[in-house]
Amino acid sequence: MTEIKDNDREIHLFRLRLTAVVAFVFICFSLLVARFVWLQIIKHSDYMALAEGNRIAIVPVVPNRGLIVDRNGVVLARNYSAYTLEITPSKLRASLDSVIDELATLVEIEPKDRKQFKRLLEDSKNFESVPLRSRLSDDEVARFTAQRFRFPGVEVNARLFRQYPLGEVASHVVGYIGRINQAEAKALEEGENANNYRGTDHLGKEGLEKSYERQLHGQAGYEEVEKSAGGRAVRTLSRTEPIPGTNLILSIDIELQKVIEEAFGDRRGALVAIEPERGDILAYVSRPGYDPNLFVDGIDSQSWNELNTSLDRPMVNRPLSGTYPPGSTFKPFMALAALELGKRNPEQAIMDPGFFMLGGHKFRDDKDGGHGYVNMFTSIVASCDTYYYMLGNEMGIDNISAFMKPFGFGQLTGIDLEHEKMGILPSQEWKRNYFKKSRAAQKWVGGDTVSVSIGQGYNAYTPLQMAHAVATLANNGIQMKPHLVKIMEDGGTRARTLTVAKESGRIPLKQENIDFVKRAMVGVVTEQNGTGYRPFLNAGYVAAGKTGTAQVVAIKKNEKYNAAALDERLRDNALFIAFAPADKPRIAIAIVVENGGKGSEAAAPIVRKALDYYLLGKRPADKDRTVVPKEDAELRPVEEVKAEQGISDHKPGGETPGNKD
Amino acid sequence: MRINERRSLWRRLKPYFLVFDAPLVLVMVLLFATSLVTLYSAGIDFPGRVEGQVRNIVIAFVVMWVAANVPPQTLMRMAVPIYTVGVALLVAVFLFGIIKKGARRWLYVGTDIQPSELMKIGLVLGLARWYHGATAQEASFHWKLLIPAGMIGLPFILVAHQPDLGSAMLIGLTGAAMMFMAGLSWKIIAGVTIPAAIAVPFYVMFGMHGYQRNRVLTFLNPEGDPTGTGYHIMQSKIALGSGGLLGKGYGLGSQSQLEFLPEKHTDFIFAAVSEEFGFVGSFTVIASYIAIILIALRIASLSHSHFGRMGAAGMTATFALYVMINGAMVMGLAPVVGVPMPLLSYGGTVMLTVMIGFGLVLATRVHRYAELPKGHGLF
Repeated sequence: MTEIKDNDREIHLFRLRLTAVVAFVFICFSLLVARFVWLQIIKHSDYMALAEGNRIAIVPVVPNRGLIVDRNGVVLARNYSAYTLEITPSKLRASLDSVIDELATLVEIEPKDRKQFKRLLEDSKNFESVPLRSRLSDDEVARFTAQRFRFPGVEVNARLFRQYPLGEVASHVVGYIGRINQAEAKALEEGENANNYRGTDHLGKEGLEKSYERQLHGQAGYEEVEKSAGGRAVRTLSRTEPIPGTNLILSIDIELQKVIEEAFGDRRGALVAIEPERGDILAYVSRPGYDPNLFVDGIDSQSWNELNTSLDRPMVNRPLSGTYPPGSTFKPFMALAALELGKRNPEQAIMDPGFFMLGGHKFRDDKDGGHGYVNMFTSIVASCDTYYYMLGNEMGIDNISAFMKPFGFGQLTGIDLEHEKMGILPSQEWKRNYFKKSRAAQKWVGGDTVSVSIGQGYNAYTPLQMAHAVATLANNGIQMKPHLVKIMEDGGTRARTLTVAKESGRIPLKQENIDFVKRAMVGVVTEQNGTGYRPFLNAGYVAAGKTGTAQVVAIKKNEKYNAAALDERLRDNALFIAFAPADKPRIAIAIVVENGGKGSEAAAPIVRKALDYYLLGKRPADKDRTVVPKEDAELRPVEEVKAEQGISDHKPGGETPGNKD
Repeated sequence: MRINERRSLWRRLKPYFLVFDAPLVLVMVLLFATSLVTLYSAGIDFPGRVEGQVRNIVIAFVVMWVAANVPPQTLMRMAVPIYTVGVALLVAVFLFGIIKKGARRWLYVGTDIQPSELMKIGLVLGLARWYHGATAQEASFHWKLLIPAGMIGLPFILVAHQPDLGSAMLIGLTGAAMMFMAGLSWKIIAGVTIPAAIAVPFYVMFGMHGYQRNRVLTFLNPEGDPTGTGYHIMQSKIALGSGGLLGKGYGLGSQSQLEFLPEKHTDFIFAAVSEEFGFVGSFTVIASYIAIILIALRIASLSHSHFGRMGAAGMTATFALYVMINGAMVMGLAPVVGVPMPLLSYGGTVMLTVMIGFGLVLATRVHRYAELPKGHGLF
């Protein structure tokens, strides 16, 4: 009885509770449905966007970098495709070192590869692939591919590499590219061009590769790729082709460049050759050079140290960042100034006793006993110092600097390379600013002018400025901005644009004065007493030139310059400026041979070879390689040398030696 | 003559086939079909998944049929032994179980078995048996309630210790649901749930294994760890949300096809369905589950024996909990605990458990008028 009653109670209670459970189930499922409505209907577009973001990756397609060729189409910088072995650290299953050890059994991996890999690794983010070795041989690629399943996170990729087929030739013109470092990556990310550089891992670091980086790089394309969660590309949805970088056609004649570089041999120095009418730079030599190919993959530390600590400073781009006193090559410009300002006429002669006295200080001529009667023509041909001591003293420094300025002395030429140095065109104002600390040193004195007028003293110009000045003179005062890139060829349309500027200015000069100075410069190489007579014997064309020999160190009173006794690196710089043919100049040249000694002996012969090749197509028969002793030198940076040379004091009773040549 | 013989054979076998409840089986078949269709789409890169699932379904169906034909008297006799074997096996797992992926869940007996699955059935049978013999008072408010509480607590602790948070939750919550349905006094319900609600945060912080705690914490803030544990939840929500109203189309679910969706064959198959068939698809699936639950609960309520009622309701509770936990997990409403979606997910073990459960529900229906002797105690 109780049992039945109990059973009824049980059923009753159970059904009641079951109703509650059903209600609970309904509530729970309603929540689920509500959640579905929220996710699938209300938030649908948001999640759709997330799903698409998951599915589609935008992969940049790196454009081919523009080529660099010389004026005749000889390739100076090109791209080639090669296989690289790359590791993505975040995808590795085993430790990095053990993976590399394993890989070393398949592919040759040298200690320097590992070292470089470690360095790149520090610079990169964990999910980026870092190259371990480049330029795999076909054999190595095949061996790795067969085993690749063992190496998750390691892959072989085809990449474009930069190559400089001529190596050291014109290395300072072309420059090089290198891996983008952290600072550069940051700058790129913040710049407007950030998207264009996604996927690019190299960047121009020096030379034209740097100054034309924007044009050479081209416009990156991109691919929309559907990828799986593992990052594997499933298929390409769309592709926008990249636009290859602009090809640069240089004004450089690489054969001329080679002839000159060979003529330099082991000597240090710089030469710039310009086509006067156009401003085309035909040759741009900085010796010694370096092999730009070393930098493309990241230079190893040993080579880097060698290049950086070498006393010859091969990394210095001498034509635009080395500044040198022009020495006697300054004289033709001084003569032209005298004619233009009416301080001299060509026939006016002076008597040269072999020295010039100013305020009790003796400025010596290089020729003991002097040149005797010297007119303007002879002063250039035989390079008489006394003539210019007097002339400079009469003209005054500010007249000189005002006249020299339009020729580009101490001014930026605006060449299409970076890091151009200004040099120093001395003037009263310059000295005031330069010696800020000492009021006594700020004052311009007459002796300063006397030194400047023979191209010594505070004068300091780059070889590029000198060549530009010669070209302007040869071009009768019409200034053409010097440039290395002659034509830019669009990577996409192949359309060519000439970069050659129109004349950038014209110096108002009397043609007869110009003609006179040019005639005198022809005399330098054609007259028997000309300082450049011997190097230009039987030239087969009429050249015009001027030698120069500039002191690197101040020489004490009554001390004769003895080249043999002097430390090799303290010897005079040899200079030469020239243009040819004299009547209708096709080429203008300035050269500095560091510590070369006399301009007529060290510098002019190199110019002769250059002109022979350029005008006559004649290649030098003998190599004429001068071996320079190196063991006795200490490290002397170029700037330091420059700073010393101007500071000869002009105290009464003091003496300043003249210029040779 | 031969025809007659055949007829008589059919006549003899016919009752065994009448055990099926047509609406219940129909909805089940619908879900099985959805499962196969989705596995075919999501499993292009895993050949053999569809065939494997067909085999699982066939086996599970046969097992369900067999279970449905067991008379309730036999079941009652077997209830406590099955429960005991389940606990014994869990103890064996505790002592010498096999460790896979950091959890001791398996036992080697010629092949690897997972005793927690047997426990889910054993617990329902055991509890049903106990309540069958208990008075209404004993089921409501009585010291004897310590017996069912202990029957739930022991396997719960053993399974939670393995650790298998999903199964432990199922066992614990199924037990709780059965105690509730048996008429547990509201005083006790309030007296237990309120302190528990306070204790849970402490358990999460101090009582859980590291990975479990991470799952829970990640669930509470999935964006805090987008590539780690939160990844599963995020990707699952993206799959659901991007499906929209009508879905991306069959075979076109980028989240599942491109493997962004984790465990797309098993725990997250519901997300794959929802991505390709949209809200329409997911609502249909949910409605199917509700239908199954309602049908099963109705069967439970119609039984004349308390054992049948409690057994069928318990089995249904397990099933419903599976669906709700998995559904909430897939939608980002619950932590990822590794509970599959019954009838939909690929895999044989859970399928077998659930189908045995349905077998018992069907048996309850067949024998709904059977009056079983009521006695005190377990045996």
